[in-house]
Amino acid sequence: MAKKISILIVDDEESVRDSLYNWFIEDGYRVECAENAKKALSLLENEVYDIILADIKMPGMDGLEMLRRIKLIKSDAIVIVMTAFATVDTAVQALKDGAFDYVTKPFDPDDLSHLIRNASKQISLAEENENLKMKVVSLENVEDLIGKSEAIKKVLKDIETVAQSNSSVVITGESGTGKELVARAIHSNSPRRYFPLVSVHCGALTESLLESELFGHEKGAFTGAMYNRKGRFEMADNGTIFLDEIATISTKMQIDLLRVLESKKFVRVGGNKEISSDFRVICATNRDLKSMVENGTFREDLYYRLNVVNIYVPPLRERLEDIPLLVDYFIRKYCTSMNREPVAIEPAALKRLEEFSFPGNVRELENMIERAIVVGNGKKIVMKDLPLEKSIINNSVESLDELERLHILQILNKYNWNITRAAKALKVDRVTLYNKISKYGIAR
Amino acid sequence: MDLQHISLISFGYFEADLLRNMAEAVKKEYLLDVNLKEGHMDLSEFYDPTRRQYNGVRLIREVEASFSADSSKTIGLFNVDLFIPILTYIFGQAFLNGRTGIASSYRLSNERYGMNSDNTVFLERYVKEVIHELGHTFGLIHCHIPTCVMRSSTYVEDIDQKNPHLCPACRMEYNKTLTRL
Repeated sequence: MAKKISILIVDDEESVRDSLYNWFIEDGYRVECAENAKKALSLLENEVYDIILADIKMPGMDGLEMLRRIKLIKSDAIVIVMTAFATVDTAVQALKDGAFDYVTKPFDPDDLSHLIRNASKQISLAEENENLKMKVVSLENVEDLIGKSEAIKKVLKDIETVAQSNSSVVITGESGTGKELVARAIHSNSPRRYFPLVSVHCGALTESLLESELFGHEKGAFTGAMYNRKGRFEMADNGTIFLDEIATISTKMQIDLLRVLESKKFVRVGGNKEISSDFRVICATNRDLKSMVENGTFREDLYYRLNVVNIYVPPLRERLEDIPLLVDYFIRKYCTSMNREPVAIEPAALKRLEEFSFPGNVRELENMIERAIVVGNGKKIVMKDLPLEKSIINNSVESLDELERLHILQILNKYNWNITRAAKALKVDRVTLYNKISKYGIAR
Repeated sequence: MDLQHISLISFGYFEADLLRNMAEAVKKEYLLDVNLKEGHMDLSEFYDPTRRQYNGVRLIREVEASFSADSSKTIGLFNVDLFIPILTYIFGQAFLNGRTGIASSYRLSNERYGMNSDNTVFLERYVKEVIHELGHTFGLIHCHIPTCVMRSSTYVEDIDQKNPHLCPACRMEYNKTLTRL
């Protein structure tokens, strides 16, 4: 037996208690007895029993009342009621009240063994189900977060840590790093996963539109408000609301948002009825909120209300070792969606990708692979399919110094900060490389 | 505690050969001396007229109180139909980690089930039942190995399926009990 099942016997007849006690003890169960319902309930307050075997007819509180009270303490408790032939109707009532089964006294030894075996099976199935749920949850919706680098492992670890809590989360990271994927992964692994994840792209909406979008509006609240409309906070009831580009919202919206976050109550635009919604908030930004608070462009109280937990999603250039895995993932993804056989990638093209700085991060890499599959020969992605040169020209870096700094950093990361190998790749001596690192303040 | 011998006390008539063979089998299994005794008890006091059976709970207590004084393991052998209040019948029962058990031959014969008499099968079943109850007195609980004598049996068919021996795991437990004593 994997786990020692515990049984509580509740019967006012001593001979019945003793008989059952001996029978179950010989079977290797952990057994406890109570002579009345009151004692049984007091035992149940301090101890968990897997199976409760209770007589229906007892002086004082009867078995049915005890069953109802047990179900209030532990709704999934397995209660088997024992009854005499004359009280089968009561046993049926017990089943309606949530008893697992009933037996009529005296019972056949085999019936008793079967009953306990079935109940034990139910317990182990429930436990197995719970374990499987945990396993499924631990894997859910993180498949898009590809990588084996320490940086991405830390992000996954952070997701696992915060998912089960109800705390607000701010996800920071450059544009295209996958902040929304992180938000989805947090939601999918949280107890709110069976309820909606509602995303709002704050940067794409004007103040009045965002207000209507978040809080909803009543019919006639403004020109064009033809119908009552639920807001995103209302839609996210019991679930999660994801506010992307939170740094772009106006000062007025910051105040409104703070109020909602604190009270979880709001009024639709043009309405007068207060609406409650139980949501968890996850925000994302590619800007430094802390310095915005210092500059006075973002409210400090809202910052602390939102930034309970911070998850930093590293840019792709800080996890270059993930590029081959990401390339492979995107090739499979787009070949499948285009109904094609997965194409290969030329080693030189892959090497070139690994050396690229990807200012647009994973999103840029994804678009690059999609394009290469579309324009390529359908068998192999080669250098000419990748718009790398064009990307460099379009790079936002303008100064030569900045370009040099980024290039040195990229090479250092590529060679895992091995100065000798990095200097050799850069075709400079070690002293020059050290001087450059010092000049640009490059740090690991 | 003197655990150097086991007492098998018969209450009612049993063939002398059956008792001798049983004593031999028990001795072989538990590697302890086995004494055969006759006990006398007025069984009518334990008879329940409404169930037309004998109360096993009261019987085992009586055997414990009146026949187990020498502190050895004692099994009371009966040939009447036993019950405990909660169950329709029992083949036998014992105090787990105690010194007393009882076993009845009443439901072990082929004739009880409308088949031809077979003394060998009857002896085998009774020996298994006695070794099983003795196992409980040594602290062994029901075993999940189908052929182990400590496997729980609710029908004679179940008894027929198991061996009259402890499985290696139960044997190891039994040896541990012996070394502790």
